Amino acid sequence: MALKASQLKVGDTHSERVVENLSRTQIVQYAGASGDYNPLHSDEVYTTQAAGYKSVFAHGMLSMGLTGKMLTNWVGDARLKKFGVRFTNQVWPGDTLDAKATVAAIREENGEHLVDLTITTTNQDGKEVVSGTAIARVDP
Amino acid sequence: MPKIAFPVEATHIMMFARAIGDTNPVYHDAEAAKKTEAKGVIAPPTFVQAVAQFDPDYHLRPKPGQQWFGSGKTPTGVEGKPASSGGLHAEQEYTYHRPLRAGEVLTSEVKQGKTWEKESKRAGKLIFRERITEHRDATGELVVTARSVGVTTERPVDAS
Repeated sequence: MALKASQLKVGDTHSERVVENLSRTQIVQYAGASGDYNPLHSDEVYTTQAAGYKSVFAHGMLSMGLTGKMLTNWVGDARLKKFGVRFTNQVWPGDTLDAKATVAAIREENGEHLVDLTITTTNQDGKEVVSGTAIARVDP
Repeated sequence: MPKIAFPVEATHIMMFARAIGDTNPVYHDAEAAKKTEAKGVIAPPTFVQAVAQFDPDYHLRPKPGQQWFGSGKTPTGVEGKPASSGGLHAEQEYTYHRPLRAGEVLTSEVKQGKTWEKESKRAGKLIFRERITEHRDATGELVVTARSVGVTTERPVDAS
């Protein structure tokens, strides 16, 4: 299952559609699981009338969680050493997100084989919503 | 900031994985998980964000008898609050020292990091605040280190 350093090369990519037509209900589900009940993510009345946004929007951490699913599906379970992102644009109900990882380097450190990945998640308009990097342990 | 005891429970992991649409059995099926390299149920990479559930003072959870800034009879339950977005999440980074397993109890401690400012066309003056959360196991060893950067905006982010 795990990736092998010997079979990877710089520039290799893996991408997945991590959510299609994101529902407000899934955002609520994330609020409940994570414990972050900020009304900006679930309360349309507050968000539009008091906070001045066009609608509720997803937690940044939901878009990171969705992106992480693509990563673990590719590199395997318990293989990540590091995963970091910037939230570059908001994710709205109805959005469809594609997450992509690209191999930036393959290296050895302290006897471990590692792969450096760059990550980008884009919405249905091609706009980037998450940008980041990860390091995963791979087999030789 | 006080240390928080963070029990990592199988049901919570299952609910969290559901919320991110992750059907990987390693997050919900103990028998199937035993046969994987992880050798048991583990937490998804962003799970430690749910430490908020165990922070008694977490400000983004309504509490009985306290005013809540979301809508009720009126669009916001807190009078006089400026029509600002409050805080948004700008960056998040995790360092994994080892897999996080169902059944452990972590001790989580938040440390304030740097603060800086920036001007933005989309949202006015931005104030960034960094926080480092160390999640340690029963022996005091680090399991996950989380670095988060929050941003307070002068006005709602222009989404156009």
